Formats: sequence, structure tokens, C-alpha cells
Amino acid sequence: MRTVNLLRILTSLVLATGLALASFSSLAHEKEAHATGKSGRVPMPVLNINTDKGDKCVQPEDIMRRDHMKFILHQRDKTMHEGIRTTQYSLKNCIDCHADVKTGSVLGKDGFCESCHRYAAVQLDCFECHSALRDASVLKNGAATAPPSAVRALNVSQKKASEPAKGMKP
Amino acid sequence: MSMNRRQFLGLSGAAVAAATLAPGLRLIELAQARSPEEATTSLHRWGLLIDSSKCADGCTSCVSACADENGIQSHSRPATDAQWIRKVTLKDKQSGHVQTLPLMCQHCAEPPCVDVCPTGASFKRADGIVLVDKHICIGCRYCMMACPYKARSFIHEVTTGQKAHAPRGKGTVESCTLCVHKVDRGDGSTACADACKKEGHQAILFGDLKDPASEISKRLASQPSTQLRADLKLNTGVRYQGI
Amino acid sequence: MAHVQYLKIEGRSIGFLALLALLGALIAAGLGSALYMEHNGHWVTGMNNQVIWGIPHVFAVFLIVAASGALNVASIASVFNRQLYKPLARLSGLLAITLLAGGLAVLVLDLGRPERLIVAMSYYNFKSIFAWNIFLYTGFFAIVAVYLWMMFERRFNDYTKSVGMLAFLWRLTLTTGTGSIFGFLVARDAYDSALYAPMFIIMSFAYGLAIFVLVLFAATRWTGRPLGDVMVARLKNLLGVFVASVLYFVVAYHLTNLYMTGKHDVERFILLDGGVYTRLFWIGQILIGGVIPLVLLYSKLGRSRAMIALAAILVVVGGLAQMYVTIVGGQAFPISLFPGKEIINSSFYDGVVGKYTPSLPELLLGIGGIGLALGMTTFAIKVLPFLPQSLADADVDPHHKAA
Repeated sequence: MRTVNLLRILTSLVLATGLALASFSSLAHEKEAHATGKSGRVPMPVLNINTDKGDKCVQPEDIMRRDHMKFILHQRDKTMHEGIRTTQYSLKNCIDCHADVKTGSVLGKDGFCESCHRYAAVQLDCFECHSALRDASVLKNGAATAPPSAVRALNVSQKKASEPAKGMKP
Repeated sequence: MSMNRRQFLGLSGAAVAAATLAPGLRLIELAQARSPEEATTSLHRWGLLIDSSKCADGCTSCVSACADENGIQSHSRPATDAQWIRKVTLKDKQSGHVQTLPLMCQHCAEPPCVDVCPTGASFKRADGIVLVDKHICIGCRYCMMACPYKARSFIHEVTTGQKAHAPRGKGTVESCTLCVHKVDRGDGSTACADACKKEGHQAILFGDLKDPASEISKRLASQPSTQLRADLKLNTGVRYQGI
Repeated sequence: MAHVQYLKIEGRSIGFLALLALLGALIAAGLGSALYMEHNGHWVTGMNNQVIWGIPHVFAVFLIVAASGALNVASIASVFNRQLYKPLARLSGLLAITLLAGGLAVLVLDLGRPERLIVAMSYYNFKSIFAWNIFLYTGFFAIVAVYLWMMFERRFNDYTKSVGMLAFLWRLTLTTGTGSIFGFLVARDAYDSALYAPMFIIMSFAYGLAIFVLVLFAATRWTGRPLGDVMVARLKNLLGVFVASVLYFVVAYHLTNLYMTGKHDVERFILLDGGVYTRLFWIGQILIGGVIPLVLLYSKLGRSRAMIALAAILVVVGGLAQMYVTIVGGQAFPISLFPGKEIINSSFYDGVVGKYTPSLPELLLGIGGIGLALGMTTFAIKVLPFLPQSLADADVDPHHKAA
């Protein structure tokens, strides 16, 4: 095939791919927090985090977003086979902070784990067996205790983390 | 100093041997409660001693306590509902003597369930507790076929209401964990043993089989006891008196 | 030896499409059942904490055992150098692969966590015969695929003997492993016997050849390929020998058990008062699976191909009955925990015969496995030349003198 033709084909392919990617990403970065099926898209994750225990997760956010499974998998093997029950990476500890303030669970429409996993379309297997509820000692009468004194709403878009998104509690 | 080759080798051999053995000699006695960062070791071996003569006919406190502790719910389907512990009533064929006792996972030192598990999900912890790692259990149920005590249950339905310390879910196999979460916390007993004591029967005793000062070891040393299906030579962690 | 010509089947007739449609329906039903069982959990099946493995395992183990035996014909050709069987070697290898695929599909889909198959293939406990089997089954696929390749590619034909020998030894190991799944279990009186390994090997010979004969008859008849009496007679006699050998092993197993007082209870259960298990043993396994086929094959009736086909079908039925008695009956018999004592009460069904009723999802899953095996076979003979063009007497062995 002649080089000129090949170049033309390649260029058009690259342009087409670029256009497609650009359009998809612009759609994804819209500001609606709860698109409840009006446009048919998966709702953006809801992240109301209980900051009673502190403002930070056990690892920085960007590391946790990518690598939280690595910590969980390593911890589970140590706990199961060696009985090491350190709390830093234990699932109970995660749930204690991240469980929704109203439902006390990390599952459900407003659940920390489920809403993000649903958005990312990644199967969530843990809660087939594990309880998704905040530790019963914190829970009274099956409901969460009084809302934590400090709740930081996390906006999933790339805007500044301190700016609350529409519809979320400040 | 002058030393010939033979002396040098002998001295170095002794030094190496001493260095190898030294870490095993612990000079400090271990406390019952392990700190969370420490791994379990084989310095303990947890077990139960069950005295059938003290077990009361008609009482099922151990069974209810276990179900309560571990979040086991009934689905009114006894054939498929999980049971980690059950009461068994026996009658001697010759003498007609009737007795009752609780039966659970025997936490064998040579567990057939561990041998047969294809993925290694069924395993024995260093301190003798036999567990199922439900993260790698594929639900083949071969361990259930292999268990000589029919101690294991398969979870046949979607499960909810789990206790945080006892995860359990559909499609995996489970059995008595010897209340491993309580053991690691240093509670010093299991839910069934506690319940039996509360009822006043004291038929179940939990303890460290490797600690000669523990009550269980003292009783095993001073009174006769048996293992179930002793001919299989599995060296069970659960021992029985009175059968 | 006359040059054997292999051809793909035409595969354009209504009959062929109807067959594919039927097998496809069976596969769909099997998949649907698996989804239903996995979604709801196993409480929708008849399996429970007493009878742990049921109909799916009966079918799965049967297919796996038959798969190993189906390779027999190819082994006889390559390893034992019987020229007469060489034209059948390709079909033999194909059936070995497809039957194993069908059996394994049923086994995997019945798992409590079938999505964790990748875990089963990456975490191995090598003390477990089950783990060894996973390794042996996947290796079997690879080795038979290479074996077939050696047969298909003319320039590699010289290697069929060595690869065939490897395949032969591998499948003996595989079937020993399958039998040992039960033979290694000390827990239950019906298992715990070294005899299971060789018994499964001889069972594989019988079941595999029976299925092979049926598929060969159907394939040659429905594609208009000639099949001579010489070949049929050889296969008939071979099948008879295998069926007789299976009966021998069954007798040896039970006689040994009957000699031991400790095993009297389980023997009484299987042979006398086990209800459905006793009926399946005597009528299904012995009569239908053993005695009647022997009569059909070795009497004058054995001259008729219809009777030979019937004998093969009965061997298959008897084989399924044998699997049911072994797998389900062996579990239904209660574990003897307290010798000398009778268990008069237990909430976990200790001391009583385990109740098991096969459920529809299990049956559909098992039959789906058969559908998959036969469907794959049907598809394969259309896309690749597995079937010899002719198995007429003159083509098969021109020097053979009629008996």
C-alpha cells in the first residue's frame, strides 16, 4: 500500500478515537450529583464521610482509590491465616468511618462502597459474607447514632475537595 | 591460640547449633491474650473437654449460644440450615444407657478436611484451630464429604445479618471456629462453654492443651478421656469424657 | 494397510440442524439451571448437608470417567499397534475431549462459587487429590489436543505413538485420581477403599467404549458411511470384556467388605435394605448395566447391530446407576460416630439415612453436560475431518479373513 494512503488512514483513525474519547470524558464530567435515571446514566458516587475519627483515611486518597484492594487482600490473608488483627487496614475499621451516617451501611444507594463500585462497574464481593454495617456497639436500636459532628462531603469531580457539591450536606 | 581444623569445625558447629536453638527457648511466659500484631504460634493448642455425664438431656444452650454468637439464622429448612454444633442423644445398644453430648468440629491435628481441600481454603491455624478461608473457598463441598464427624455445613442460600466478627455467605462451607474471634481477643472461652457454665452444667471446658497448668490439661492428665473415632488417629482437639 | 481417507461431514441436512438445535436446547437448559442454582443458592436443589453431592456429580463423574475410556480406542491403535483401530483414533480423541468438557462444565457450574474457578486454578493444595485432578484434567485437554494434531498432520504421524503413550499413561493417572476422590475418604464406610482407583479405570473402559460405539453407529449411519462387520465385531467383543471386568471388580469390592464385620452395616444397606439404592444396585447396576449387556453381546443376539447398540445404551444406563449408588448411596448411609451406640436424637440427622430427592435443576444441569459433550462432537465432525470415509470390511483390513 502506498505510504500516503496509509498515513491518511492512520490519521483519520487517531482523530476518530480522539473525538470519541473527548466526547465521552466531557459527558462524564458533568456536575450533576444524582442523575437518578433521567438520562439513564449511573449516578455519581455519594461520599459522605464521617470525620469523627479524623480527617484522613489510612492512606492518601489517590493511593486508596487505586490500591485499596491491595491493602484489603494483604490484611485478609494475615488475619485469616495468622490471626493478626491490626485495625489499620481491617475491613471493620474501614466500615466504621465510611458507613453512611443515616443507614450505618456501606451498601445501598448512598453507601460508600456500593455507589463507587456501581459507578466504576466493578463487582463487589466482600459483602456476600461480611457485614456492611458499622459495628453494633456504635449502632443503637439498629439505627445510626446522632449524626457525627463533622461530616465532610467529598465531590468526586476534579474540583477542590472542600467545595460541597449540589445536594450534599455541608 | 592454636587450634587444629577439627577443633575449629567442632566449635563452629556448636556455635551454629546454639544460634539455631536459641530463638526457640523462650524465657518469658506468654500471656493468654495475644496482641493484635502478633501472629498465632504453635505454642498454644486450643481445645475443648466435654463431659457427657454433665450434659443435660433437653438442654440446647450451647447450640443457641453458638447461633447467637455467630449470627446463624434458621430458615426453617433443617436439611440445609447450617449447624456448627448439635446435641446428640445416644443409647447404648447393649445396656440401654442413654446419654447426651454436644458435637462440633473436632479441630483435628490431622484434619481430613484440610487434606482434601483443592484450594487450601480449609486450613489449620498454627494454634490448632481448623478454619475455612471463605475468600478462597470455591464451594466444592469435598471437605464435607471428607469430614468424619459431619461437622461442616454448606450455606445454601443468600445470607444476611452477619455478625462483624463472623463473616459467612452463600456458596461457601463453614464449621465451628472454636470462637476464634473470642480466642484472639483473649476471652479465654467459647460461646458454647460460657453458655453451659451459665446454665450450671459446666459440661464444656475450653483451654490450652499445651499448657500443663491449664484446667483442661490437668483434667485430661488426671481423668480418662477419649476422642471420637479414635481409630482414625486424627488427634482431635476436642476430647470427651463419659462415653 | 489401505490408506484411510478422512472427510468432514456435509452437515447441511435438516437432520443435522435438528440435532444441533436439540443439543443446543439441552445446553441452554443446563445453563439456565446453573444460573438458577447459583442465584438462589443450593437450597433450591435436592442436595443438603447430609447428601452433599447429588445428580450433577453423578453425571459429571460419569462423563469424566467415560471421557478417559473413550480414548481407549486411540490408545489401542497407537500404543498397542492394532492397525484395525487406527481409522477410529481421531473420533476417539475427539470424544475424549468433548466428554471431559461436558463433565467438567457440570462440575464447575455446580460449585457454590463457580466464579471462583480462577481461584481453583491458581491456589493449589497438592495434598488434595481434587487439586491433582484439576491439574490432570486440564493437562488431558492439552495432551489429547496435541495427540489429535499428530494424527491430523501427515508429517507428524510418526509421533502418534509417543504422544499416544503419554496420553495413555496420563489418562490412567487421571482415572486413578477420579476414583481416588472416593477411595481416599476415610470418613465414610462406603468409600475408603484402594479398590476405587482400578475399579474406576475399568469402568472408564466400559462406559467410554459404550458411548464410542453409540456415537460411531450414529455418525456412520446418519452420514451414509459404511461400517463393516469386522469392525463392529471387534468393538462388540471388547465391550463385552470390559463389562465383565467391571462386574468382577464390583464382586471383589463387595466380597471384601462382606468379610469385615465393621462394614456389614453399609453392605446390608447397599445390598439389602437401602430402598432405592438397593434397587438401583441390583436392577440398574448389575442387571441392566452388566448381565443383560453380556447376554446381548455374547449370545446369538450379538450379531444384530441393533442389539449391540441396545447393549451399549444399557451399559450407559447401568453406569449412571452405578454412579448414583456410589456417590449418593455412599453419602446417604450415616457415618458411624459411636460404635456400639444408637443415635436416638440429633438435630443434624446423625445416625439416620440421609434423605435426597433429585430436583429438576440438577437433572437439567446434568443433561446439559451431555448436551454439551455431544454438541461439541457434532460441531467438530462438521468442521474437521474426524470421521473415516469408510469402515467397510475391505477398506479396514483387506487381509482379514471372515470368521
